[in-house]
Amino acid sequence: MMTILEKQIEVLKSEVPQVTDFFSDYGIILDEGGFTLGEYLEQLPEDFYEDIGIDQVTLLENLDGFLSQLNLLQNTEAPKVSEITIIGGHDKTGNPEQVELKLIRGSVTSIVGPTGSGKSRLLADIEWMAQNDTPTGRVIRVNGKKPDPELRFSLEYKLVAQLSQNMNFVMDTTVAEFIAMHAESRMIENAADIVVDIIAQANLLAGESFTGQTPVTALSGGQSRALMIADTAFLSTSPVVLIDEIENAGIDRKKALSLLVKKEKIVLMATHDPILALMAEQRLIIKNGGIHKIITTTAKEKENLARLEELDNKLMSLRTRLRSGELIEES
Amino acid sequence: MKLITISGPPSSGKTAVLSNVIKSLKASGLHAGAVKYDCLATDDDAVFRSLGIPVQAGLSGNLCPDHYFVSNIEECLKWGFSLNLDVLVSESAGLCNRCSPHIKGVLAVCVIDNLMGVATPKKIGPMLKFADIVVITKGDIVSQAEREVFAFQVRRANAKARIMHVNGITGQGASELTSLFVNAPDTATLDGGILRFSMPAALCSYCLGETRIGMEHQLGNVKRIKLKQEQL
Repeated sequence: MMTILEKQIEVLKSEVPQVTDFFSDYGIILDEGGFTLGEYLEQLPEDFYEDIGIDQVTLLENLDGFLSQLNLLQNTEAPKVSEITIIGGHDKTGNPEQVELKLIRGSVTSIVGPTGSGKSRLLADIEWMAQNDTPTGRVIRVNGKKPDPELRFSLEYKLVAQLSQNMNFVMDTTVAEFIAMHAESRMIENAADIVVDIIAQANLLAGESFTGQTPVTALSGGQSRALMIADTAFLSTSPVVLIDEIENAGIDRKKALSLLVKKEKIVLMATHDPILALMAEQRLIIKNGGIHKIITTTAKEKENLARLEELDNKLMSLRTRLRSGELIEES
Repeated sequence: MKLITISGPPSSGKTAVLSNVIKSLKASGLHAGAVKYDCLATDDDAVFRSLGIPVQAGLSGNLCPDHYFVSNIEECLKWGFSLNLDVLVSESAGLCNRCSPHIKGVLAVCVIDNLMGVATPKKIGPMLKFADIVVITKGDIVSQAEREVFAFQVRRANAKARIMHVNGITGQGASELTSLFVNAPDTATLDGGILRFSMPAALCSYCLGETRIGMEHQLGNVKRIKLKQEQL
């Protein structure tokens, strides 16, 4: 920290170009003029700090935090989460939940159960890495071990990314700018390539195609969902992805799941759609706040899945025909 | 008693988040009370009262809400002691983004929401930059990417705070936030207490009720806009 204060501003700007942006967030335009950073910040008058609502000490703390985050994102591989174990607690009435469930990278698990049965609580337990300190008494292990409690507050190691029917894009940007902004927040170097990849993938999932110039707020429901899934697959650091009731999202569900699996996500899917539920290797039945049962998808169910998909394809083709103005008259 | 100050821009979800926290405090057998500072009108005291806890509400009217808060918080603390509360939450709206309601040694929380746009964290002053906990709400209606970018911007404005996502409607994240409240430092008195940062300054003729516009009516702490030479 001290060494950075002794650096000439010109040198600093060329070594760590991100500092220009950091300071401009505080309304500080780093003037070169031969100053070191320390001298420059020192000569700004007291009134100036009062006006921008921060003092020099806190500003430097934030700079330090920013630089170490930068360093963390650029130089270290996030500790890889290869599996998560959920050790049962109890349901709402206190009955013990007798499960020890291991979720591994690249697996798909569906979660079924009525509204209010405790699906969100389960997710919250995973996200918080519960240690018998939530209403359910569950314990979460990461890679078989008790996780460092500080990781609960780390943005870089957030365990769960969520995608649901109700989510929308609210930013006023184009698709390409939007993805680039997300990549920048992850300090990713080949941002331009990632933007192209994500748009291409999202177009494979969405029914109707869009480009990098489309404003995100102008995307249809299906296109938005497709972009969210592709973006999460490529850019989110979270190993667990929760998909909440996307059955009617108008995207190719099978491709969406296989993209997330290919990117080694642990996919959890709250759904009531038989096709989605059977695509998973197993499903959790949630009842009264607890995991009531774990069913491994059987061979017979997999067979039935194929028939359900056939039916689904038939319906899809009827939709396409309706759209193009055909009559549906065959018997 | 644990005093906790909660602030945040209007409609960011402070009351909704606090309601969930209060429910979870009550569930663990703790006595909570709330003070709501608002500007012109508030119905939020009724929200807290409906949870069965003691409530005080104060309206700052034509005064700076922050100044009003700091002049009254000590009385409110005494009130909390008189009721033998375990936790007293003090909620105030940050109306001008230069608000600075946090006190040294008192757990300070800032609530902001994902819908405000990614530029917002840098536009909020001491209320966000000096908070111990930043709660981000309305995450259930924006995309994962926007949540991640927004949290990144918050981190940039406040490197030390713990950043929590809480859903004010479903309460997801509230029991986790409550666990941080329960571990807050105790506040025995605010006598001799110090604000973490100075409050927005005001002492000019308009503070004293002046309504006329013009140089000759401006007295006291007046600041001039710096107009730049526009190059055409």
